[in-house]
Amino acid sequence: MKIGSFEDFKEGCRDAIPICLGYIAVSFAFGIEASKIGMTTFQAAMTSLLNVTSAGQFSALEIIARNGSFVELAILQLIINLRYMLMSAALSQKLDPQVSTLHRMGISYGVTDEIFGLSVLKKGKLYPAYSYGLIVTSVFGWVLGTSLGAFSGQIMPQRLISCLGLAIYGMFIAIIIPDTRKSRAVMVVVISAMALSTVFAYVPFLSERISAGFRIIIVTVCVAAAAAVISPKRNTEEDNIAGGESA
Amino acid sequence: MSRVYLYIILMAVVTYLIRALPLTLIRREIKSEFVKSFLYYVPYATLSAMTFPSILGATDHLYSSIAGFAVALILAFNNRSLLTVAGLSCLTAFVVELFL
Repeated sequence: MKIGSFEDFKEGCRDAIPICLGYIAVSFAFGIEASKIGMTTFQAAMTSLLNVTSAGQFSALEIIARNGSFVELAILQLIINLRYMLMSAALSQKLDPQVSTLHRMGISYGVTDEIFGLSVLKKGKLYPAYSYGLIVTSVFGWVLGTSLGAFSGQIMPQRLISCLGLAIYGMFIAIIIPDTRKSRAVMVVVISAMALSTVFAYVPFLSERISAGFRIIIVTVCVAAAAAVISPKRNTEEDNIAGGESA
Repeated sequence: MSRVYLYIILMAVVTYLIRALPLTLIRREIKSEFVKSFLYYVPYATLSAMTFPSILGATDHLYSSIAGFAVALILAFNNRSLLTVAGLSCLTAFVVELFL
């Protein structure tokens, strides 16, 4: 059956339990950050339910906090979440061609780094029922953690909130650093992006004119494009992503 | 405050379209080597730019941020899990702040 059975759904739910736990921890930090800039618990939970993207959501907070422009927010999300396009394209290869557009749209909602990682590792065809299991369990953790974080952000001692601010960066570092050992190109990309980002943040004229959102956009496009020209990847598409990032 | 909901919905729409368009429309493999390479490097560049120098202001004190950053780098370089890296990074900052 091309949609999959209830058994596939349950299998998906089971497989996603580690993702769920990780999501609770990271989204807890997001909830705290969101409450810091004045978002209500409901708004933070709604953001997590509708977006399910760690880097995208964290970066959006800065723009929301200073009432930034909608164009800036849209471009920032486009760039930061651009990687989902590649994952989405790769996933389409694993689906039975007969899977309807409606189910494809359903699966699309849950294209995150972790869910994608489990989906491509799945042996054989990918059934929508399995994907829905992954999505339900993961998003449950993502929204639950956000709500708890946003709620406790209002009552937790400042000392604790202060150190939890590192959680999201710790996660980013855990994603990018291990691959710097495997690929020199990735190492150079990481160092260049951090250096360029520092230049934009501290050089007087640049730091006044360019917001944090555009800084990330410019750095990403420049560094990734330069790396793509200097050190193009010749592996197959799946090797690239499966060996790559998460979250 | 309704502006917040506009932000949330706008980013949700953009993010969803990014995810849905390839899955529903593109049924062939991406051929361009440049596009594939570019997309491969995007997450590393984005997450790096988001992490530094912003991480220096992640906690209330510069020194606890630096300590947490250093611990995260060392643990991640030794392939520790996401939860370990994030958790111990926070713990380090917490301990350092006890002495500040």
